[in-house]
Amino acid sequence: MTPALEIRGLKKTYKNGFEALKGIDLEVAPGSFFALLGPNGAGKSTTIGIITSLINKTAGTVKVFGHDLDTDLQAVKRSIGLVPQEFNFNNFEPIGEIVVNQAGYYGIPRREAWERCEHYLKELGLWEKRKDMARTLSGGMKRRLMIARALVHEPRLLILDEPTAGVDIELRRSMWDFLTRINTDGRSIILTTHYLEEAETLCRNIAIIDDGAIIENTTMKQLLAKLETETMVLDLSEPPPGIPEDSPIALRQVDEMTLEADIRSGQHLNDLFRVLDQAGIRVQSMRNKANRLEELFIRMTRPGQSPSHLTPGAGGTSEQPENQA
Amino acid sequence: MSASHLRDYWTAFRTIVSKEVLRFARIWVQTVLPPVITTALYFIIFGGLIGERIGDMEGYRYMDFIVPGLIMLAVITNSYANVVSSFFGSKFQRHIEELLVSPIPNSVIILGFVFGGVARGLAVGVAVLLVSLFFSPLSIHNPGVMLIIVLMTSILFALAGLINGVFARTFDDIAIVPTFILTPLTYLGGVFYSISLLPEFWQGVSMLNPILYMVDAFRYGSLGHSDFPIAMSFAIIAGFIAVMYGIALVLLNRGVGIRS
Ligand SMILES: Nc1ncnc2c1ncn2[C@@H]1O[C@H](COP(=O)(O)OP(=O)(O)OP(=O)(O)O)[C@@H](O)[C@H]1O
Ligand SMILES: [Mg+2]
Repeated sequence: MTPALEIRGLKKTYKNGFEALKGIDLEVAPGSFFALLGPNGAGKSTTIGIITSLINKTAGTVKVFGHDLDTDLQAVKRSIGLVPQEFNFNNFEPIGEIVVNQAGYYGIPRREAWERCEHYLKELGLWEKRKDMARTLSGGMKRRLMIARALVHEPRLLILDEPTAGVDIELRRSMWDFLTRINTDGRSIILTTHYLEEAETLCRNIAIIDDGAIIENTTMKQLLAKLETETMVLDLSEPPPGIPEDSPIALRQVDEMTLEADIRSGQHLNDLFRVLDQAGIRVQSMRNKANRLEELFIRMTRPGQSPSHLTPGAGGTSEQPENQA
Repeated sequence: MSASHLRDYWTAFRTIVSKEVLRFARIWVQTVLPPVITTALYFIIFGGLIGERIGDMEGYRYMDFIVPGLIMLAVITNSYANVVSSFFGSKFQRHIEELLVSPIPNSVIILGFVFGGVARGLAVGVAVLLVSLFFSPLSIHNPGVMLIIVLMTSILFALAGLINGVFARTFDDIAIVPTFILTPLTYLGGVFYSISLLPEFWQGVSMLNPILYMVDAFRYGSLGHSDFPIAMSFAIIAGFIAVMYGIALVLLNRGVGIRS
């Protein structure tokens, strides 16, 4: 099957001499929900900019559903819908017109454009606001407006650059539902995000880019299987009678009512429960110290530093963005 | 290029033009009204007060002589201003990216912006013409020539606005062409006088100024008087349009100022 996206040897050197992409290869299967992860400045937006012809590449090839960016630009553009990282609509235009005009640029006649606009603005809860100027929208609404605008020409590949930045939890979940739905309908999706829980929830395939190079490109399952140890935080209901010294699972006491347990790959949670039972330790609740993907991510992109250094007190929810690193 | 492509481009073109027209229509107090007021002042001061003392110009009342020039002046500045501020604004707010990601050829983008500028040039031109009726009876010698010259002029200056918009990095850059090129050329372009008044040397220099031919040809369409053959004026303006269009197309194809 023709890949939705096929990148070979892609390089980008900006005019100031900065080499943002050092020759990346990337393949995204059709129909996949793909996460492109990486720390700030890794080159995610640069890659996306090149695919969507907003940035000129320095070297390499890009193919979208088999259409080459260099020889078949029109077909490439028709196949892609882009939700960029930064707001890029006219603040002084009513949002209905923003979406309808975008359809017009793709040759969709006015009447049909309004039908599609209605469909997507309703899906995203913005139809009531169609006559409002874009600048009057809240940040989360602006993101949704850009999603509607990206879909109005029915692209086969939707690319979203940090679509949920600054979007509240409830709305983020409804956006996830929406994206999952359009992915199930057959649209390929590539997404960047700093909320790794989001990538873990949504995406089956994943690439990690760091410093202009791809350092990992695999399925989410295989990646998570690479995690050698996972740290669990145990909240106790009473102070522990004692900490077993030579149990198969290492236990550390953090404070009077909290323990941490390192579970290596191959070990099961049942092993932990057995250890706890034997030691007579009563556990109230338990959570991952960091989101599993988060832990891996930090090890891969910041070798030599342990995640706990970088995400002090990070809970398993990972609601906070990673970018403080 | 297939018929379906042409249809798509036509839709895209209409979309850009209607967006451009809505843009300046929405803010008509800033876009259409000011040139009308300025021109009315020109009519009162130059045409009325000072013109009385100047007497005739080339056998016409001074007021009647300057009306065609002032209409052209309004058309020129407004076609230019519309495109330069719209194009620069779309870079500044980044919504030019809406066009860059979509499959519109650069030629269609140029035509869309240009005809948006033409629409504003014509709207203001007509408004100024209506105001001029208070001061001077409308004389129409050859309406076809008038219309074609106004169209060609606004196309040319809309293209100039686009090129300036491509290079502009700040709001101040928008004023470069008006300050250093447009204003001098219009004032030296025979809006307020017939170049036959100039010494021979300056007559020669003036003939390098394209605006001279636009004003002259438009005056011919209105009053029936011209300093140059009409065909020559048409050819010169058409030549300028071709060159400016070529420059604009090369700039957009290279992505100057819009693609890193
Ligand atoms: N126009 C430009 N000129 C010079 N350098 C640039 C330009 N745009 C981006 N860069 C540099 O290229 C690198 C990659 O930037 P890019 O925007 O692709 O990162 P990113 O992975 O999207 O980061 P973030 O997560 O912060 O959005 C950065 O070091 C950035 O400073
Ligand atoms: Mg980015």
